[in-house]
Amino acid sequence: MAEKKSTRIAYGEALAKLGAVDDKVLVCDADLAHATMTAFFADQYPDRFYNFGIAEGNMMTSSAALAQSGYTVFASTFAVFGAGRAFEQIRNAICYSKANVKIGCSHAGPSCGEDGGSHQAVEDIGLMRGLPNMTVLVPADAAEMEKAVFAAAKFQGPVYIRTGRLPTDICTDESTPFEIGKANVLRDGKDVAIIACGIMVPQAIIAADKLAEKGISARVIDMHTIKPLDVEAVKAAAKECGAVVTAEEHSIINGLGSAVAEVLADGMNAPFERVGIMDRFGQSGKPQKLFEAYGLTDKEIVEASERVIARKA
Amino acid sequence: MDQNLEQKARKIRLDVLKMLYECQSGHPGGSLSCVEILQALYENVMQYDAKNPKWQDRDRLVMSKGHACPTLYAFLADKGFFPREELWNLRQYGSFLQGHPDMNKCPGVDASTGSLGQGTSWALGYALAGKRQGKDGGREFKVYCITGDGESQEGMVWESAMAAAHYQLDNLTILFDHNGLQIDGTNDQVLARGDICKKYEAFGWEVIVVDGHDVNAITEALKKPSAGKPRFICCNTVKGKGVSFMENQVGWHGKPMNQEQYEAACRELEV
Ligand SMILES: Cc1ncc(C[n+]2csc(CCOP(=O)(O)OP(=O)(O)O)c2C)c(N)n1
Ligand SMILES: [Mg+2]
Repeated sequence: MAEKKSTRIAYGEALAKLGAVDDKVLVCDADLAHATMTAFFADQYPDRFYNFGIAEGNMMTSSAALAQSGYTVFASTFAVFGAGRAFEQIRNAICYSKANVKIGCSHAGPSCGEDGGSHQAVEDIGLMRGLPNMTVLVPADAAEMEKAVFAAAKFQGPVYIRTGRLPTDICTDESTPFEIGKANVLRDGKDVAIIACGIMVPQAIIAADKLAEKGISARVIDMHTIKPLDVEAVKAAAKECGAVVTAEEHSIINGLGSAVAEVLADGMNAPFERVGIMDRFGQSGKPQKLFEAYGLTDKEIVEASERVIARKA
Repeated sequence: MDQNLEQKARKIRLDVLKMLYECQSGHPGGSLSCVEILQALYENVMQYDAKNPKWQDRDRLVMSKGHACPTLYAFLADKGFFPREELWNLRQYGSFLQGHPDMNKCPGVDASTGSLGQGTSWALGYALAGKRQGKDGGREFKVYCITGDGESQEGMVWESAMAAAHYQLDNLTILFDHNGLQIDGTNDQVLARGDICKKYEAFGWEVIVVDGHDVNAITEALKKPSAGKPRFICCNTVKGKGVSFMENQVGWHGKPMNQEQYEAACRELEV
């Protein structure tokens, strides 16, 4: 694997590249440009950057109005303060009006580390997934993030993009396709399908390697789009592998696991488990320590895989 | 300034730096700017019982700029709410000293903060409760809230300002840590707020301006007799106060110190 890189850096770099080719792109932030990395854009295109100060709700509704005036707007802050604090502004100003706003939120999940539970959004995917008209992207790595930003810019309508603070492994490359709503099978397999998003995708690959050593063939699916979910990929996984595990850096309630469960409950008969955060808040600590404490490592994916395989009829 | 007070402030700053150095994360600038504000409250003004942190009649403190909690923790340890050794576990897995204060984990913390803009509403609610308790024959406790100047960009700050005047909450005081800086630049670069004192006055508050590094001046402002309305104390401060290379530097909002910087900072405070 290539060197580690955070998806927030990739997000900021992609915005700066986008700014060079599309002068209708505007970027907004709420005093976190140096953390969400929109500063890369702000430095190059100060004229197309708005800092709203520490005022997330105001930023979201104003972004909707900018978008409804013909611009493609990227609005960024931390996931708790975007998806969370400004939820109703996103709902009524951005989604209800179908505004062309892309909400890029960073510092999601325990990988945000020492800032602690007040800052580690474990519920943002669920909040955003529940909104009509919203598209939800959780790219697996920095390479995929760049493609996601360009795809979101091309797409008409609200998009939520989840980015992360921690430098993580790169598990896709230039040749990996990116199409909104179309999952990437990073590795084929027949005994179990591991469907993952975000920084759990590299963990899923490590888990697949460990399973292979035990003679188990695991399919690894990078589900970068949580909504609209690639239903066909989920059904094919259930049919062809006969057992499914999801993995996400998010609560097991309302996130990727729930989205996949909704598909499986619709007549698919495959044993299924969710790896994710067990309905609790995060806390301060080094990210690696938190991954272990919250069950977000390859180990949990391997164990869940073995259990679902054992449950096959 | 009083020699003992100054000694104490130095000691607290050294604690804060050590805490932040140990965990290699956290927010030095805004922690150093509010030392004297907390000193006035804990040394001279607030009523509390370290052995009974949930004492019903205690005064409440809401650290609305929750990222500056190392300074709060240093005073809580100094006053005996918990053993001093715990300070060095700040932000570590399993410690009750979370990166932002957690009222269910840390003794002496009255509100879980970290999400800026919410603290003034916490304080408003406590002040309403204090009035209610007073009316019911108990002690009408006082409520203090420390806010950041960047933080005043949040809408909730103004919603609570309006409500506090409406309910004539003269048991409520905001201490505004006016250091002029936030994350992306100065307040004026990021989003100019204009004259904060005139704004609070217009919202119906009593407004007092003090040197935010003068404990006696802050104390005097806090102890002034009630004017029948909520009180706003604008404390003019220096972000990073006490460490020359951090003072007024926006880059020191949330940056870890390396060993050399840590040692240099300690040398300045130890003299
Ligand atoms: C609602 C919310 N938005 C954003 C942040 C991220 N954040 C943490 S500190 C900070 C700047 C605070 O500036 P100021 O209020 O002036 O505090 P100080 O200068 O005293 O550190 C920001 C934007 C946050 N904690 N909460
Ligand atoms: Mg400030």
